[in-house]
Amino acid sequence: MLSFIRKRAVASLISLVGLIVMVFFLSRLTGDPAALFLPVEASAELKQQFRELHGLNDPLLVQFANYVGDVVTGDFGESLRKARPALDVVLEAFVWTLWLATITMTLVTGAAILVGSLAAFRAGGFFDRFSSVVSLIGASVPDFWLAIVAIVVFSVNLAWLPTSGTGSIWHWILPICVLFVRPFGIIVQIVRGSMIGALSSAYVKTARAKGVKSGPIIFIHALRNAMLPIITVIGDQAASLLNGAVIVETIFGFPGVGKLMIDSILQRDFNVVLAAILVTALAIFLMNLLIDLAYALLDPRIRH
Amino acid sequence: MADHLLEVRNLSVEFHTALGVVKAVRDISYHLDRGETLAILGESGSGKSVSSSAIMNLIDMPPGRISGGQILLDGVDLLTMPAHARREVNGRRIAMIFQDPLSHLNPVYTVGWQIREALTTHGTDGATAQAEALRLMGRVGIPDPEHSLGKYPHEFSGGQRQRVMIAMALALRPDLLIADEPTTALDVTVQAEVLALLEELQQETGMAILIITHDLGVVAEVADRVVVMEKGQLVESGTVREVYRNPQHPYTRKLIAAAPGKGEMHAPLPRIEPVLSVRDARKTYGAFDALKGVSFDLMPGETLAVVGESGSGKSTLARILLRLDEPTGGTALWKGRDLFQMGAAELYKLRRDLQMVFQDPTQSLNPRMTVYQLVSEAWVIHPDILPKAKWRARVAELLVQVGLGPEHMGRYPHQFSGGQRQRIAIARALALEPKLIICDEAVSALDVSVQAQVIALLDNLRKTMGIAFIFIAHDLPVVRDFADHVMVMQNGKVVELGTVREVFETPREAYTQSLLAAGLNPDPDVQAAHRAARLQRA
Repeated sequence: MLSFIRKRAVASLISLVGLIVMVFFLSRLTGDPAALFLPVEASAELKQQFRELHGLNDPLLVQFANYVGDVVTGDFGESLRKARPALDVVLEAFVWTLWLATITMTLVTGAAILVGSLAAFRAGGFFDRFSSVVSLIGASVPDFWLAIVAIVVFSVNLAWLPTSGTGSIWHWILPICVLFVRPFGIIVQIVRGSMIGALSSAYVKTARAKGVKSGPIIFIHALRNAMLPIITVIGDQAASLLNGAVIVETIFGFPGVGKLMIDSILQRDFNVVLAAILVTALAIFLMNLLIDLAYALLDPRIRH
Repeated sequence: MADHLLEVRNLSVEFHTALGVVKAVRDISYHLDRGETLAILGESGSGKSVSSSAIMNLIDMPPGRISGGQILLDGVDLLTMPAHARREVNGRRIAMIFQDPLSHLNPVYTVGWQIREALTTHGTDGATAQAEALRLMGRVGIPDPEHSLGKYPHEFSGGQRQRVMIAMALALRPDLLIADEPTTALDVTVQAEVLALLEELQQETGMAILIITHDLGVVAEVADRVVVMEKGQLVESGTVREVYRNPQHPYTRKLIAAAPGKGEMHAPLPRIEPVLSVRDARKTYGAFDALKGVSFDLMPGETLAVVGESGSGKSTLARILLRLDEPTGGTALWKGRDLFQMGAAELYKLRRDLQMVFQDPTQSLNPRMTVYQLVSEAWVIHPDILPKAKWRARVAELLVQVGLGPEHMGRYPHQFSGGQRQRIAIARALALEPKLIICDEAVSALDVSVQAQVIALLDNLRKTMGIAFIFIAHDLPVVRDFADHVMVMQNGKVVELGTVREVFETPREAYTQSLLAAGLNPDPDVQAAHRAARLQRA
């Protein structure tokens, strides 16, 4: 078990190192960093100053070594707009995103497993067909449209909920509901498919021959076996939320990492963009590690 | 009015499929008393498992439907019981064990958890269930029961898994145990042990056993009475001896006649220049020695049977001879060249001469290719054999040779029965005009009557085309009918190698003798004599 975790952690670490290297070379290969970081109308003199200040005239390998040193010590430089360390700015926003993603995915997972399992138990029945239609719609609806409709209906017309921003628990409801829909639609379908397979398996037949009731057959015997593909998809969906639900955060004015990234790109605050990329990547790698761990916990055959 | 423990009266079951209604079981009746063992004998598609699924309420409805009849347990009809009462019967009064214990045990829970669940589901408290699970594991002969309770199904051997299934089924001392092909997937010595265990437990508890099987030997070994099913109908019933000695129905006669192991044994061929000469073949997987030095010679047109139980290394031998796995050591001379040393170019040529037929034609035939594509694919890979213009004619010829017809060319594997699929696999192997075909349990998954036909086909190919066979099998009677030489393997080593007559009539090694002794004979009297001898030894 320990060696399994170690192997997975090492694999994640290698990917992370690859990402760090890639981010550096992309920021250098796409042209002169001075041109990227400075406004278009900056003078040649200013650009030269900028290059000297940031060691951009050094050989590439020296620059790379400095960059790696900075990254490892958590120094991403100053945010050019906010005059604070870029990492602080990113972490502040990331905490908001992390909460949003965690709450949303917890609700999605619970609801999707319940609905998908019940649909699979009576596959072809009324509930199955109903939930198929609902989940298909959920998986297909564009979130920007849903966000705008939700604001129009619940904030503007009914005036039940605030349109945007933060401050109270009411501000969380619309973003969570809008973010809920798509992963819910996708995961319900995965749960249903995987559970139909598990419920028709031989060990479920054995459980029925033992006289086990339907509830434990679905949620104890079949579900745990059906969980591996489900967890994989949950991980994918959670990753897309951790990346920053760019559109939804922007529409609701939610101060998460997605909104920060868009703002920073528009404002050419590249230190913040780089820090945001690496922080979210690190989070996603950690989550993948958790998913691998969950595999091992769920299925003893993977542990060996 | 409850004369019998179990009485099935005029039971009919149908399945509603896309192709219409299939009447899986038609108006069958049988009964079973306490302490008695009844066998339901039949081949695949006979409906033998459907009636037991109906007893256990395991038929999915829809598509299944019980269209008529009664199933009386102590005079109470199980089919009209309310759902919660019906569920209480399962596990408590009737329990069931299945053919493949690995897939029938839940892979993600410990066996201890699964045995305890059988008890707690019906109201036993946790502590009692734990103690009882421990006792049961010991009773069915699992070594170190305390530690074993915490293990998962994949950590046990096949025979141990079936013992765990038995422990789980017998947890609440049911009145009736239904055993659906309980030993079909097991090695012959393990089969004998499991059947003996069932019988012991029956004597202890006085339960009735309903055993579903395709194997006359199992019937002869354990059953008191037998009912024979064909195409959903019950065609014959009686005591085992009556039915075997004096079968009334043509189908029963056919089944008994098809049982392998009665024909004339092959006389040894003259030993000329061998086509394949293997010396000291070895294979290790990590620290595990799968093959510990195997040597033999194979003559053209000769069948060498390789017999042994699971883990004996017989499939590993096949894989390294075909170079599907790399051998660790030894030589294998094929036409004077060591095929263990051959490079890619030579191997490409070797593939024409060496072909393989696998156990499960459902898995070894690509379901998305037609029969024509499957058979002619060999010529796509080896284009010099046959010009494309002649492919259709040659495929037709090969299909006729294996007992199918040219009209089958455009069909897909799923449109054929298991026996027909294996014929397609054989036609595919023949397409390259091989000198040697390795059959890995090629007839094990087939019904007895189909098995006999496929063996006859292989024997005919051997005689007419001079093809040599390496015939890997665990079923000794089949080997006896087909082999020229027999090589007995155990733990990666050759235990005994001789002509079929030597090995079957005067086995030298104790292991060979125990294998032969564990084999079941379809004749109940012969089997009774075997039992008496075994009991005396014990």
